[in-house]
Amino acid sequence: MADKLLRMGAVGEEDAILAFKAIGAVAVPANTADEVASALHRLSRDGIPIIFITEAAARMAPEAVARYDQAMETAVIPIPGIRGSDGYGAQRVRDNVIKAIGADILQYNN
Amino acid sequence: MSVLRVNPTRMELTTMKRRLATARRGHKLLKDKRDELVRRFILIARENASLREQVEQALGGALRDFALASAVMEPGALYQALLYPARQAALTMGRRNILSVRVPVFSMDEESLGKAVLPYGLAETSAQLDGAIETMSQALPLLIKLAETEKTSSLLADEIQKTRRRVNALEYVMIPQFEETIRYITMKLDENERGALTRLMKVKDMIAERAT
Repeated sequence: MADKLLRMGAVGEEDAILAFKAIGAVAVPANTADEVASALHRLSRDGIPIIFITEAAARMAPEAVARYDQAMETAVIPIPGIRGSDGYGAQRVRDNVIKAIGADILQYNN
Repeated sequence: MSVLRVNPTRMELTTMKRRLATARRGHKLLKDKRDELVRRFILIARENASLREQVEQALGGALRDFALASAVMEPGALYQALLYPARQAALTMGRRNILSVRVPVFSMDEESLGKAVLPYGLAETSAQLDGAIETMSQALPLLIKLAETEKTSSLLADEIQKTRRRVNALEYVMIPQFEETIRYITMKLDENERGALTRLMKVKDMIAERAT
Protein backbone atom coordinates (compact mmCIF):
# COMPACT_ATOMS: atom_id res chain seq x y z
CA MET A 1 0.00 0.00 0.00
CA ALA A 2 2.69 2.42 1.03
CA ASP A 3 4.76 2.16 -2.15
CA LYS A 4 1.96 2.53 -4.62
CA LEU A 5 2.18 5.78 -6.50
CA LEU A 6 -1.03 7.73 -6.23
CA ARG A 7 -2.20 10.90 -7.85
CA MET A 8 -3.99 14.00 -6.75
CA GLY A 9 -7.32 15.27 -7.88
CA ALA A 10 -8.83 18.70 -8.31
CA VAL A 11 -12.50 19.62 -8.58
CA GLY A 12 -13.97 23.03 -9.22
CA GLU A 13 -14.39 25.71 -11.79
CA GLU A 14 -12.40 25.25 -14.97
CA ASP A 15 -10.11 28.27 -14.54
CA ALA A 16 -8.92 27.36 -11.08
CA ILE A 17 -8.33 23.68 -11.64
CA LEU A 18 -6.36 24.21 -14.85
CA ALA A 19 -3.57 25.34 -12.57
CA PHE A 20 -3.71 22.00 -10.80
CA LYS A 21 -3.72 20.17 -14.07
CA ALA A 22 -0.47 21.95 -14.83
CA ILE A 23 1.23 20.37 -11.85
CA GLY A 24 -0.05 16.95 -12.68
CA ALA A 25 -3.30 16.54 -10.79
CA VAL A 26 -6.35 14.85 -12.27
CA ALA A 27 -8.59 17.83 -12.89
CA VAL A 28 -12.33 17.40 -13.17
CA PRO A 29 -14.29 20.56 -13.92
CA ALA A 30 -17.58 20.88 -12.07
CA ASN A 31 -20.01 23.76 -12.01
CA THR A 32 -23.13 22.39 -10.37
CA ALA A 33 -23.78 20.55 -7.14
CA ASP A 34 -24.43 17.30 -9.00
CA GLU A 35 -21.25 17.61 -11.02
CA VAL A 36 -19.24 18.27 -7.88
CA ALA A 37 -20.74 15.25 -6.13
CA SER A 38 -20.14 12.91 -9.03
CA ALA A 39 -16.62 14.26 -9.60
CA LEU A 40 -15.72 13.65 -5.94
CA HIS A 41 -17.23 10.21 -6.08
CA ARG A 42 -15.37 9.28 -9.22
CA LEU A 43 -12.00 10.51 -8.00
CA SER A 44 -12.45 8.79 -4.66
CA ARG A 45 -13.43 5.53 -6.36
CA ASP A 46 -10.29 5.74 -8.47
CA GLY A 47 -8.31 5.65 -5.25
CA ILE A 48 -7.10 9.22 -5.30
CA PRO A 49 -6.23 10.13 -1.71
CA ILE A 50 -6.08 13.92 -1.95
CA ILE A 51 -8.78 15.84 -3.73
CA PHE A 52 -8.50 19.60 -3.83
CA ILE A 53 -11.80 21.34 -4.24
CA THR A 54 -12.34 25.03 -4.77
CA GLU A 55 -14.23 26.76 -2.01
CA ALA A 56 -17.02 27.78 -4.33
CA ALA A 57 -17.54 24.17 -5.43
CA ALA A 58 -17.38 22.93 -1.84
CA ARG A 59 -20.08 25.39 -0.85
CA MET A 60 -22.28 24.10 -3.64
CA ALA A 61 -22.26 20.50 -2.45
CA PRO A 62 -21.68 20.40 1.30
CA GLU A 63 -23.20 16.91 1.70
CA ALA A 64 -20.88 15.44 -0.91
CA VAL A 65 -17.88 16.97 0.86
CA ALA A 66 -19.11 15.87 4.29
CA ARG A 67 -19.37 12.29 3.05
CA TYR A 68 -15.59 12.04 2.90
CA ASP A 69 -14.98 13.74 6.23
CA GLN A 70 -14.50 10.52 8.14
CA ALA A 71 -13.02 8.42 5.35
CA MET A 72 -9.32 7.85 5.94
CA GLU A 73 -8.63 7.05 2.30
CA THR A 74 -9.87 10.31 0.84
CA ALA A 75 -8.98 13.79 2.01
CA VAL A 76 -11.12 16.49 0.47
CA ILE A 77 -9.27 19.76 0.93
CA PRO A 78 -10.90 23.09 0.11
CA ILE A 79 -8.63 25.61 -1.59
CA PRO A 80 -9.29 29.19 -2.60
CA GLY A 81 -10.57 29.77 -6.12
CA ILE A 82 -9.41 32.46 -8.51
CA ARG A 83 -11.22 35.12 -6.53
CA GLY A 84 -9.15 34.34 -3.45
CA SER A 85 -10.28 32.74 -0.24
CA ASP A 86 -13.79 33.30 1.06
CA GLY A 87 -13.10 31.79 4.46
CA TYR A 88 -14.67 28.37 3.85
CA GLY A 89 -11.46 26.46 4.48
CA ALA A 90 -10.56 28.46 7.56
CA GLN A 91 -14.09 27.92 8.85
CA ARG A 92 -13.66 24.17 8.47
CA VAL A 93 -10.48 24.27 10.55
CA ARG A 94 -12.33 26.22 13.25
CA ASP A 95 -15.31 23.85 13.11
CA ASN A 96 -13.00 20.94 13.80
CA VAL A 97 -11.59 22.70 16.84
CA ILE A 98 -15.04 23.54 18.15
CA LYS A 99 -16.17 19.96 17.61
CA ALA A 100 -13.21 18.55 19.49
CA ILE A 101 -12.76 21.01 22.29
CA GLY A 102 -16.05 22.84 22.52
CA ALA A 103 -14.69 26.32 22.03
CA ASP A 104 -12.72 28.11 19.36
CA ILE A 105 -9.32 28.36 20.98
CA LEU A 106 -7.38 29.25 17.85
CA GLN A 107 -8.50 32.84 17.48
CA TYR A 108 -6.91 33.88 20.74
CA ASN A 109 -3.62 32.25 19.97
CA ASN A 110 -2.95 33.67 16.58
CA MET B 1 -30.95 8.04 38.72
CA SER B 2 -32.90 4.91 38.08
CA VAL B 3 -32.07 1.58 39.56
CA LEU B 4 -31.45 -1.25 37.15
CA ARG B 5 -34.13 -3.92 37.16
CA VAL B 6 -32.40 -6.82 38.82
CA ASN B 7 -33.28 -9.40 41.41
CA PRO B 8 -31.96 -8.34 44.80
CA THR B 9 -29.80 -11.40 45.35
CA ARG B 10 -26.27 -11.89 46.48
CA MET B 11 -25.27 -13.13 43.06
CA GLU B 12 -26.57 -10.01 41.36
CA LEU B 13 -24.75 -7.92 43.93
CA THR B 14 -21.44 -9.54 43.04
CA THR B 15 -22.12 -9.09 39.34
CA MET B 16 -22.99 -5.43 39.86
CA LYS B 17 -19.87 -4.82 41.90
CA ARG B 18 -17.76 -6.38 39.19
CA ARG B 19 -19.44 -4.30 36.51
CA LEU B 20 -18.94 -1.15 38.55
CA ALA B 21 -15.23 -1.88 38.90
CA THR B 22 -14.95 -2.42 35.13
CA ALA B 23 -16.87 0.76 34.40
CA ARG B 24 -14.61 2.73 36.73
CA ARG B 25 -11.48 1.37 35.11
CA GLY B 26 -12.86 2.01 31.62
CA HIS B 27 -13.81 5.51 32.63
CA LYS B 28 -10.33 6.29 33.88
CA LEU B 29 -8.68 4.88 30.76
CA LEU B 30 -11.01 6.72 28.41
CA LYS B 31 -10.48 9.94 30.29
CA ASP B 32 -6.73 9.57 29.89
CA LYS B 33 -7.20 8.81 26.22
CA ARG B 34 -9.37 11.88 25.79
CA ASP B 35 -6.85 14.15 27.49
CA GLU B 36 -3.98 12.89 25.38
CA LEU B 37 -6.04 13.16 22.18
CA VAL B 38 -6.94 16.73 23.00
CA ARG B 39 -3.30 17.59 23.70
CA ARG B 40 -2.19 16.23 20.34
CA PHE B 41 -5.18 17.68 18.57
CA ILE B 42 -4.37 21.20 19.73
CA LEU B 43 -0.84 20.90 18.32
CA ILE B 44 -2.16 19.61 15.01
CA ALA B 45 -4.97 22.15 14.81
CA ARG B 46 -2.52 25.02 15.31
CA GLU B 47 -0.27 23.64 12.59
CA ASN B 48 -3.31 23.21 10.39
CA ALA B 49 -4.41 26.81 10.85
CA SER B 50 -0.99 28.24 10.03
CA LEU B 51 -0.49 25.89 7.06
CA ARG B 52 -3.86 26.88 5.67
CA GLU B 53 -2.96 30.51 5.92
CA GLN B 54 0.29 29.93 4.05
CA VAL B 55 -1.38 27.83 1.37
CA GLU B 56 -4.15 30.33 0.84
CA GLN B 57 -1.63 33.08 0.40
CA ALA B 58 0.55 31.11 -2.01
CA LEU B 59 -2.34 29.76 -4.02
CA GLY B 60 -4.15 33.05 -4.16
CA GLY B 61 -1.16 34.58 -5.89
CA ALA B 62 -0.64 31.66 -8.24
CA LEU B 63 -4.27 31.49 -9.25
CA ARG B 64 -4.37 35.21 -9.88
CA ASP B 65 -1.37 34.87 -12.18
CA PHE B 66 -3.16 32.04 -13.86
CA ALA B 67 -6.26 34.12 -14.39
CA LEU B 68 -4.07 36.87 -15.83
CA ALA B 69 -2.37 34.44 -18.16
CA SER B 70 -5.68 33.11 -19.38
CA ALA B 71 -6.88 36.66 -19.96
CA VAL B 72 -3.85 37.41 -22.12
CA MET B 73 -3.91 34.16 -24.03
CA GLU B 74 -6.64 32.63 -26.09
CA PRO B 75 -8.68 30.22 -23.98
CA GLY B 76 -8.14 27.40 -26.44
CA ALA B 77 -4.40 27.95 -26.49
CA LEU B 78 -4.16 27.84 -22.71
CA TYR B 79 -6.12 24.64 -22.55
CA GLN B 80 -3.98 23.14 -25.27
CA ALA B 81 -0.77 24.17 -23.55
CA LEU B 82 -1.80 22.33 -20.42
CA LEU B 83 -3.50 19.41 -22.08
CA TYR B 84 -0.62 17.04 -21.50
CA PRO B 85 1.04 17.63 -18.18
CA ALA B 86 4.79 17.25 -18.40
CA ARG B 87 4.83 15.23 -15.26
CA GLN B 88 2.52 13.39 -13.01
CA ALA B 89 2.42 14.54 -9.45
CA ALA B 90 2.72 11.22 -7.73
CA LEU B 91 2.55 10.62 -4.05
CA THR B 92 2.58 7.73 -1.69
CA MET B 93 0.26 7.19 1.20
CA GLY B 94 1.26 5.63 4.47
CA ARG B 95 -0.50 5.30 7.76
CA ARG B 96 0.19 6.56 11.21
CA ASN B 97 -1.46 5.49 14.39
CA ILE B 98 -2.32 8.23 16.88
CA LEU B 99 -3.84 6.50 19.92
CA SER B 100 -5.45 3.95 17.62
CA VAL B 101 -6.86 6.60 15.32
CA ARG B 102 -5.49 5.72 11.94
CA VAL B 103 -4.44 8.78 10.00
CA PRO B 104 -2.86 9.08 6.57
CA VAL B 105 0.69 10.21 5.92
CA PHE B 106 1.36 11.54 2.46
CA SER B 107 4.74 11.91 0.93
CA MET B 108 5.73 13.20 -2.45
CA ASP B 109 7.42 11.02 -4.96
CA GLU B 110 11.05 12.14 -5.37
CA GLU B 111 10.68 12.77 -9.06
CA SER B 112 7.70 15.00 -8.57
CA LEU B 113 9.67 17.36 -6.42
CA GLY B 114 12.29 19.65 -7.81
CA LYS B 115 11.94 22.26 -10.45
CA ALA B 116 8.81 22.85 -12.39
CA VAL B 117 8.73 21.42 -15.87
CA LEU B 118 6.73 23.46 -18.29
CA PRO B 119 4.54 21.25 -20.42
CA TYR B 120 4.55 23.59 -23.41
CA GLY B 121 6.75 25.56 -25.71
CA LEU B 122 7.52 29.16 -24.88
CA ALA B 123 6.44 30.66 -28.16
CA GLU B 124 2.70 30.66 -27.77
CA THR B 125 2.24 31.20 -24.09
CA SER B 126 2.55 34.24 -21.89
CA ALA B 127 5.17 34.75 -19.24
CA GLN B 128 2.60 34.93 -16.44
CA LEU B 129 1.77 31.31 -17.05
CA ASP B 130 5.37 30.22 -16.43
CA GLY B 131 5.40 32.17 -13.20
CA ALA B 132 2.08 30.75 -12.10
CA ILE B 133 3.15 27.19 -12.72
CA GLU B 134 6.41 27.79 -10.92
CA THR B 135 4.55 29.11 -7.86
CA MET B 136 2.14 26.20 -7.98
CA SER B 137 4.99 23.68 -8.02
CA GLN B 138 6.61 25.39 -5.08
CA ALA B 139 3.35 25.33 -3.19
CA LEU B 140 2.86 21.62 -3.87
CA PRO B 141 4.72 20.21 -0.85
CA LEU B 142 2.83 22.68 1.28
CA LEU B 143 -0.45 21.56 -0.22
CA ILE B 144 0.30 17.93 0.50
CA LYS B 145 1.27 18.79 4.05
CA LEU B 146 -1.96 20.73 4.44
CA ALA B 147 -3.97 17.78 3.17
CA GLU B 148 -2.29 15.51 5.69
CA THR B 149 -2.75 17.83 8.67
CA GLU B 150 -6.27 18.73 7.80
CA LYS B 151 -7.34 15.13 7.43
CA THR B 152 -5.58 14.19 10.65
CA SER B 153 -7.22 17.03 12.48
CA SER B 154 -10.69 16.15 11.26
CA LEU B 155 -10.26 12.45 12.11
CA LEU B 156 -8.94 13.32 15.56
CA ALA B 157 -11.76 15.76 16.19
CA ASP B 158 -14.25 13.02 15.46
CA GLU B 159 -12.49 10.56 17.73
CA ILE B 160 -12.32 13.11 20.54
CA GLN B 161 -16.02 13.70 20.26
CA LYS B 162 -16.73 9.98 20.42
CA THR B 163 -14.40 9.46 23.37
CA ARG B 164 -15.88 12.40 25.23
CA ARG B 165 -19.35 10.97 24.82
CA ARG B 166 -18.22 7.62 26.12
CA VAL B 167 -16.52 9.22 29.11
CA ASN B 168 -19.63 11.21 29.94
CA ALA B 169 -21.92 8.25 29.49
CA LEU B 170 -19.81 6.23 31.91
CA GLU B 171 -19.42 9.04 34.39
CA TYR B 172 -22.96 10.36 34.51
CA VAL B 173 -25.08 7.35 33.56
CA MET B 174 -23.45 3.97 33.96
CA ILE B 175 -21.46 4.47 37.15
CA PRO B 176 -24.26 6.21 39.12
CA GLN B 177 -26.66 3.54 37.93
CA PHE B 178 -24.44 0.74 39.19
CA GLU B 179 -23.86 2.51 42.50
CA GLU B 180 -27.57 3.03 42.95
CA THR B 181 -28.32 -0.58 42.12
CA ILE B 182 -25.69 -1.86 44.52
CA ARG B 183 -27.13 0.29 47.29
CA TYR B 184 -30.62 -0.95 46.47
CA ILE B 185 -29.56 -4.60 46.58
CA THR B 186 -27.62 -4.19 49.83
CA MET B 187 -30.53 -2.46 51.47
CA LYS B 188 -32.98 -5.10 50.28
CA LEU B 189 -30.73 -7.90 51.55
CA ASP B 190 -30.28 -6.17 54.93
CA GLU B 191 -34.01 -5.67 55.20
CA ASN B 192 -34.64 -9.36 54.46
CA GLU B 193 -32.12 -10.32 57.09
CA ARG B 194 -33.74 -8.09 59.69
CA GLY B 195 -37.13 -9.52 58.71
CA ALA B 196 -35.88 -13.07 59.14
CA LEU B 197 -34.34 -12.20 62.49
CA THR B 198 -37.51 -10.68 63.92
CA ARG B 199 -39.51 -13.61 62.60
CA LEU B 200 -37.19 -16.04 64.37
CA MET B 201 -37.44 -14.08 67.62
CA LYS B 202 -41.19 -14.06 67.35
CA VAL B 203 -41.34 -17.82 66.69
CA LYS B 204 -39.04 -18.41 69.65
CA ASP B 205 -41.34 -16.34 71.86
CA MET B 206 -44.37 -18.31 70.64
CA ILE B 207 -42.67 -21.64 71.37
CA ALA B 208 -41.66 -20.40 74.82
CA GLU B 209 -45.27 -19.33 75.49
CA ARG B 210 -46.66 -22.69 74.44
CA ALA B 211 -44.18 -24.53 76.68
CA THR B 212 -45.34 -22.74 79.81
